[in-house]
Amino acid sequence: MSTVSPPESPLVPRRSPAAASRVAFAALLLRDAVVLRKTLREFLPRTLLQPFLLVFVFTYVFPKIGQGVGGAGGEAAFSTILVAGVIALAIIFQGIQSVALPMVQEFGYTREIEDRVLAPLPIALVAVEKAVWGALASLFSALLVFPIAAFVPATPVDLQVNWLVLCTLTPLCCYMCGALGLFFGTRFDPRTVPLLFGIVVIPITFLGAIYYPWQALEPIRWLQILVLANPLVYMCEGFRAALTDSPHMSLWVVYPALVGFSALFTWQGIKGFARRVVS
Amino acid sequence: MTVVDEVIRTEALTKDYPGGIRAVDGLDLSVRSGEIFGLLGPNGAGKTTTAGMLTTRVVPTSGSAWVAGIDVVAHPVAAKQVIGVVPQTNTLDRSLSVFENLYFHGRFFGMNARTARAEADRRLEQFRLTDRATQPVAALSGGMAQRLMVARAILHRPATIFLDEPTAGLDPQSRLALWEVLGELHAEGQTILLTTHYMEEADQLCDRLAIIDHGRLLALGSPEELKATTGADTIVTVVARPDALDRLAGVLAGVAGVQQAVRVDEQVVAQVEGADGIVPRVFTAAEAAGIAITDVSVAEPSLETVFINLTGKDLRE
Repeated sequence: MSTVSPPESPLVPRRSPAAASRVAFAALLLRDAVVLRKTLREFLPRTLLQPFLLVFVFTYVFPKIGQGVGGAGGEAAFSTILVAGVIALAIIFQGIQSVALPMVQEFGYTREIEDRVLAPLPIALVAVEKAVWGALASLFSALLVFPIAAFVPATPVDLQVNWLVLCTLTPLCCYMCGALGLFFGTRFDPRTVPLLFGIVVIPITFLGAIYYPWQALEPIRWLQILVLANPLVYMCEGFRAALTDSPHMSLWVVYPALVGFSALFTWQGIKGFARRVVS
Repeated sequence: MTVVDEVIRTEALTKDYPGGIRAVDGLDLSVRSGEIFGLLGPNGAGKTTTAGMLTTRVVPTSGSAWVAGIDVVAHPVAAKQVIGVVPQTNTLDRSLSVFENLYFHGRFFGMNARTARAEADRRLEQFRLTDRATQPVAALSGGMAQRLMVARAILHRPATIFLDEPTAGLDPQSRLALWEVLGELHAEGQTILLTTHYMEEADQLCDRLAIIDHGRLLALGSPEELKATTGADTIVTVVARPDALDRLAGVLAGVAGVQQAVRVDEQVVAQVEGADGIVPRVFTAAEAAGIAITDVSVAEPSLETVFINLTGKDLRE
């Protein structure tokens, strides 16, 4: 087979696949950022309201009405424990809302994704871009939510920041949740998406060590072991280590678990994505 | 033949889907630079699968395909840089405005912000969408959405664009408007491959056509060449009682000037050379056989005729 050179275009120099992919990847992120800016009025309430209510009811209303939560440690300790959980929850929700839900739409009703797939980059990178975008959106929401968790409680929150852990753990958690959003986005369709909340998100959040440290589950040993399958547990425990002096799971477990979940969700997400756009 | 001006080439291109369905079966095609090339065939003929393989969306089971000299299976990222695609369904970005759809397409394909903006503006002007620039794409009519998708497909100056059933579902006026747009692009030298099951569209627009059915290439040539293969200059379509149609076909085949007469659905189609006096001769023959004719129409041979000759069935099925 003889080869033919494509007609020269005065506008777009033909790039090497690597260069074209880099440029397209950055442009896809830019597109997502512009869409976020356009929908900020929806993004802010959906990001802020749930954590605010959580913190407000548990750490402001309850202490004020004398209905303490937090077991032996008391109310002040509970506010401190909840800080980590609220931030982790904001991140995981954002991963699902900014990646999985739009993706279900784009795969399902509109097939918009088919055009994104024709951009000059490998299909795996179109999928990874979604996870990276989810990570950035999650980071943004974590920054928005942190002041709520720190300053709304009626009882003092005892913050002891370990900056090294905070600065490494936060991006890792954000990426893992972006990848989780990618994974869910390729596995659910518009018909089944209500199940995503009903049977996936709710168990993950209720059993995610948000309201209690993982060690506190000691008396219910089977549950303590079962929840190790829940990625949110490692996020909450990690943030507990990064932000407070509360007891927490060893970081030697937290980091490898988060890396492992990130790899698993990315791999499965790319696989599911490719299956839906290439036949 | 020289390959210098060949933009698309396939060799023994084949696609099997799970369940043993062979959608495309050993297809050999060659599309030249600057031509409008049509894949004509009924639904399920393998047109969309072929376009899918050429645009990296469907992985061939065997065979090869090149666009602008790039092997699309081995080098999909390089290939995607030189193709533009207008799919069957509306895949415009619903989160962006009309202008932004073009602007970001330019950015995806490596244009800087200034060039992307200028090109988006230019194409909006060309496709008469400038006054819609800031609207959400959901506000566009079907015809306008289709024009915007064509504008998007050519924005990065691809070597060829692919249109999959571009006018399916469009009203007649929008269809004409789209044909006009494609005619303008053709005049600028844009290579275009389109799939269609409308023979009028294929006849009007295409320089050359491949007629395919069951994934196989049945005939290849310009519309005129294909129509000339029928050897007829007139097509007479005759309607009678359904139970008499098979007999009518036999009767008409014996009429002077009739080359061939076949039953197609609820009518008999006769291919005629030398049309003078054919209608009275048809009536006389039918009357002699005791068959009452309810309708007769006379037309020039069309691609429909070619398709019936090749497959014994109607394109519209």
